[in-house]
Amino acid sequence: MSTQIQASARDIDGPLLELEDVTTHFKTPRGVVRAVDGVSFSLDRGKALGIVGESGSGKTILSRSIMGLLPPRGTIRGGSIKFEGREIGNLDRKAMRSVWGKEMAMIFQDPMTSLNPVMKIGRQIAEPLQIHLGMTKQNALATAERLLQDVRIPEAKRRLEQYPHEMSGGMRQRVMIAIALACGPTALFADEPTTALDVTVQAQILDLLGEQRRDRNMSLVLVTHDLGVVAGHTDEIAVMYGGKLVEKASTKGLFANMKMPYTEALLNSIPKLEDRSHTRLNAIAGRPPDLVNPPKGCRFAPRCPYAVDKCVNEEPPLIATAEDPNHLYACWYPVGSEGYHEAKVRIAASKHATDALAATSAAGGN
Amino acid sequence: MAGTGKAHLRDSPDVLLRIEDLVVEFPVGRTGLKVNAVSGISLDVLKGETLGLVGESGCGKSTTGRAIMQLPRPTSGSVQFEGKELTAMQGDAMREARTRMQMIFQDPISSLNPRRKVRQIVMEPLNIWKRGTDAERAKKVDGILEEVGIDPVRAGESQPHQFSGGQCQRISIARSLVLDPSLIICDEPVSALDVSVQAQVLNLLEDLKAEYGLTLIFIAHDLAVVKNISDRVAVMYLGKICEVAPSDMLYEQPAHHYTSVLLNSIPVPDPEVAVTKTAIEGEPPSPVLPPPGCRFNPRCPAAQDICRSEEPQLRAVGEGHFVACHFPTITPVELTSR
Ligand SMILES: Nc1ncnc2c1ncn2[C@@H]1O[C@H](COP(=O)(O)OP(=O)(O)OP(=O)(O)O)[C@@H](O)[C@H]1O
Ligand SMILES: Nc1ncnc2c1ncn2[C@@H]1O[C@H](COP(=O)(O)OP(=O)(O)O)[C@@H](O)[C@H]1O
Ligand code: SF4
Ligand code: SF4
Ligand SMILES: [Mg+2]
Ligand SMILES: [Mg+2]
Repeated sequence: MSTQIQASARDIDGPLLELEDVTTHFKTPRGVVRAVDGVSFSLDRGKALGIVGESGSGKTILSRSIMGLLPPRGTIRGGSIKFEGREIGNLDRKAMRSVWGKEMAMIFQDPMTSLNPVMKIGRQIAEPLQIHLGMTKQNALATAERLLQDVRIPEAKRRLEQYPHEMSGGMRQRVMIAIALACGPTALFADEPTTALDVTVQAQILDLLGEQRRDRNMSLVLVTHDLGVVAGHTDEIAVMYGGKLVEKASTKGLFANMKMPYTEALLNSIPKLEDRSHTRLNAIAGRPPDLVNPPKGCRFAPRCPYAVDKCVNEEPPLIATAEDPNHLYACWYPVGSEGYHEAKVRIAASKHATDALAATSAAGGN
Repeated sequence: MAGTGKAHLRDSPDVLLRIEDLVVEFPVGRTGLKVNAVSGISLDVLKGETLGLVGESGCGKSTTGRAIMQLPRPTSGSVQFEGKELTAMQGDAMREARTRMQMIFQDPISSLNPRRKVRQIVMEPLNIWKRGTDAERAKKVDGILEEVGIDPVRAGESQPHQFSGGQCQRISIARSLVLDPSLIICDEPVSALDVSVQAQVLNLLEDLKAEYGLTLIFIAHDLAVVKNISDRVAVMYLGKICEVAPSDMLYEQPAHHYTSVLLNSIPVPDPEVAVTKTAIEGEPPSPVLPPPGCRFNPRCPAAQDICRSEEPQLRAVGEGHFVACHFPTITPVELTSR
């Protein structure tokens, strides 16, 4: 029996993707790594979602969990992942094969490692078309050429005959996008697709992804550590920290009314062009938690400047803001709240005390 | 002469490094063709200054950094460091000079020996140069490790792969400091790090620079990062210098069309601003056959006939601000004296 999703069986009206309490844990000699630890959200058809967070926060493993691209050994999965209303969270790689390409496709940070170095570009794009869509070789190559034109590669016909190493990093990423688009996926996952590229090429690739998404009415999941990258290229943003979803909102809503101190800290750590040179950057002290032994309360508490005892002991639930039921956050003292302001006053007072102490000891001589 | 000019070089007793007409070419197999990686650039760096070097991939930033270190030696041109010409220097003198200049790289993990303990890696240059007694070496290494935020005890027990990317970059920085260099060339030291770790490492470099009286050359492709750490910035394109300016001025009033393109490509973390931006098309042409005239002309929105035949020279457009463009966005000024 074919595992392919029948058009008639598709839930066309509901969300494209629905995640309910998704967990992905790995058994390791050190203990269980809770890489993704209870993530729920949904994504509508044709929308672009940004997943943001520091390295190690679980972004890649979350997108790989949805794609069904996890290591077969030692992986413990839980929760539910529905694609067009159908449960796919429990499918094995073999069953997922019919979903890859036509339903969901993925591109990665380093195009060189995902391209075959000894196969011509043309064949790398054409082969999946022959396999998945049953095209003749000739048709597949013609389609490959058109795809290269779609991703704005100049002299597409000549490029079909080239090998990956004959292209720049930006061109290779365009080829990866062409391969991902080949079977017309409903959703495209892009994991740090521009992190290895120049700012100029990054801007081009992001524009290209946006353009293809609109033209094809495709959903896009853009994974990155840089809030600047998602600001102009997504409809919604999900912020992850320590394997959890800690804030989710429309892109505009998030930037206009940031709730999580972590989201605020991520934004503040980006150097701003309008700041004068040598402006001290607001780095987030310390590192993300060890996911074998995550903190029991709020996972950000060890690094959060506003943390109090309650944060250390009790885990804040993911709740909606008063103004917007679609703006979710998990924090006891969100940005702008009374507790947050009190904490700011407390921090200012203790800084004042430290400075005064430093001044006294300095004045006290050597 | 087809250089990009030297109007921007300074006549100061504080010049630590001065490169003039630097050319680096690489042969392309046996074709007789060559890669014009760096094509006659001149730059200077004053003591205690941070010079930023920005430009797209392949424009010659790393090649410039390595040519300063004489690794490999440039095809032609002059590199004067601490008053001495390096291009003709040999043997012990060259080895000694190389301890005064250090380089740190983009990929922190692969630039550290994977089989050795981190503390040993940091100590190695001191052992090679037989600096101080064992106790003095240990004291120095532990002090510097503390300074960069790495626990010396853990460093004594662990190998590089047991540290994160940001920590490995701190370790590379520690190693570059032990021989008391005066110049550190940082080649994309934060490009592989995520934004929060990037901020930590940039702050660390600023602190160390003040503490050790260092001079830095900071190479990157992100102008926002470069602006933050640099006093002066040089913008490179396809082996040439387009513009040199104090960093705040470069942002307030970019004079070269390419500088504007770079500024415009930086992703702005604000959805209201970000959506109106459009990316420049295309990529830089091959440095094997660079375009004649201004090398940016095939992609420049303001290019005219003269740009395709005549190479622009660096001219002053303001105090310490120089541009190599026939039609800059700021009117050039007459230099009264230099
Ligand atoms: N050993 C070499 N042999 C041949 N060509 C080289 C060699 N080293 C560098 N090149 C070429 O010289 C040019 C400049 O390279 P360089 O590495 O300096 O660029 P870059 O500005 O540092 O770029 P990136 O941002 O990618 O690091 C490129 O075209 C590169 O391919
Ligand atoms: N196969 C695996 N086995 C054990 N731990 C893993 C595995 N893959 C990822 N992890 C861990 O899961 C966490 C989340 O990883 P990842 O999703 O790659 O983070 P991100 O993409 O946000 O940087 C990290 O702590 C990582 O080390
Ligand atoms: S719950 Fe507490 S520790 Fe966590 S982000 Fe909010 S204020 Fe900070
Ligand atoms: S010289 Fe001409 S082509 Fe070059 S940047 Fe100026 S206007 Fe553009
Ligand atoms: Mg990742
Ligand atoms: Mg380089």
